[in-house]
Amino acid sequence: MNWLIAILQTLLFVALAPLLAGWLKCCKCFLQNRKAPSVLQPYRDLLKLVNKQPVVSEQASWLFLKAPYIIFSATVLAATVVPLIAVDLPTSASADVIVMVGFFAFARFFLALAGLDVGTAFGGMGSSREMTISSLAEPAMLMAVFTLTMTASTTNLSFAISHVLEQGLVLRPSFVFALFALILVAVAETGRIPVDNPTTHLELTMIHEAMILEYSGRHLALIEWASQLKLMLYGVLIANIFFPWGIAQTFSLHDLGVGLLAIMGKLAVLAIILGIAETMVAKMRLFRVQEYLGFAYLLGLLGMLSHIILEAAR
Amino acid sequence: MNIESQDFYTQIILSMAALVGLTSFLMLGQGRLLRLIFVFAVQGLLLTLTTALAAYSLDNPHLYISAVLTLALKVIFIPWMLRREVLKMNLHRDVEALGNQTAMMLGGASLMVFSYYVLHPIVQTTSPVMLNALAVSLSVVLLGMLLMISHKQAIAHVVGFMSIENGLFFAAIVATKGMPMVVELGIAFDVLVAAVLFGIFFFHIRTSIDSLDVDLLNKLNEVDK
Repeated sequence: MNWLIAILQTLLFVALAPLLAGWLKCCKCFLQNRKAPSVLQPYRDLLKLVNKQPVVSEQASWLFLKAPYIIFSATVLAATVVPLIAVDLPTSASADVIVMVGFFAFARFFLALAGLDVGTAFGGMGSSREMTISSLAEPAMLMAVFTLTMTASTTNLSFAISHVLEQGLVLRPSFVFALFALILVAVAETGRIPVDNPTTHLELTMIHEAMILEYSGRHLALIEWASQLKLMLYGVLIANIFFPWGIAQTFSLHDLGVGLLAIMGKLAVLAIILGIAETMVAKMRLFRVQEYLGFAYLLGLLGMLSHIILEAAR
Repeated sequence: MNIESQDFYTQIILSMAALVGLTSFLMLGQGRLLRLIFVFAVQGLLLTLTTALAAYSLDNPHLYISAVLTLALKVIFIPWMLRREVLKMNLHRDVEALGNQTAMMLGGASLMVFSYYVLHPIVQTTSPVMLNALAVSLSVVLLGMLLMISHKQAIAHVVGFMSIENGLFFAAIVATKGMPMVVELGIAFDVLVAAVLFGIFFFHIRTSIDSLDVDLLNKLNEVDK
């Protein structure tokens, strides 16, 4: 029964990810006075790409063909670790947050290799940029997550969320810092605006798009879906760690329904905030990204310090 | 005594303490003078709010007066005065090149750890949880000193000096049940006088070396090197 719900939750994750991307696009269009496409447009795009014949360069090796499947499945596996509508599931009990970061690193490794594989100038440039950013973002992310795990004394996400739920509403200085650090890292890791622009194909500025420029057809669909999934994953992580109220603690139908509605509401609000931020902020120069991520790291570090200094039990 | 078992006022005051620490870090990494002054004003505002909250939760009405004094001096008057100086001397477009910012930030973080280490024995032996924030106030003092070392502009030095005073004031709020009124008024007056005196100093430095970059003061050497 538990495994069934865990599998259903992962499927729900995969199914809802394009919806979040569509809703985010709607918010941005509304803010920028444009006519928004339907919320379901990402699904149609994915369907269109799947039906198209992929075109692959003659020089591409087996890696280029396999990479989309590896990236997609690694991201789906990462999604199993994060509690979406219910805590205490067997999948999230068997793996902790460090495993999740590991899955992300795994997917990114293959994405970077695939970018290098075809030998175009853009692919290599994108890969090198992506690795630079991720090497700076990962420590900041871990620092923010460790702040949480020090409070809950576990690295397991579902236990940590249960711990936060048990304590009720407590204003913790360390959580304030960890929240902001995690938001900054999430923006950098999912390639949103101040760091990378997901809609651009201008050669000087693109990072993620440069790596996947050679992909087409179902390969492109899988990679796009994986990046939508990653955006949703970070959103769920932020929403459920810091505002876990509403998540199902038992497996009754009523609780699961409330959990689903709660997480959809929280993600919708997060997407609106992200849309406003992306509309207001201009994209950074690439060489300023390290300052930005350094600040995220500093916030994570301060969160940890304020946990030790201000919240210490005596 | 965990933070969960505290009332909301204490939780909010501790969060404010953390934010005051954050503003000190923000000042440390800020190369533009106007933004530096703005962050300084934000720090003053956080101090004001903390003082008012402490006054409310400790039921200590005369802390309201010091909150009002802080608001008037550190949020409004001094930032306004410094801002006027910056605009008058046309420094608001300059971006100060800060040497090795990352090392400075890490140095700041280690200063915070150091102040926690120093104050740990004192905090261990006392009961009020608000004393936890004492380590933050000491690190605000030390970070103010680091700010004065790392920046070259005389105005940044003044901001650093004032934030040292902020740290001491914060320590006084969390460690005592309010200082005597005479002492508080005296300190407020001192800060006011210091601000006015710094204005005069700016004028003199500027007329003698035609800049507010204090590194240029090394040129005023009797012996030619």
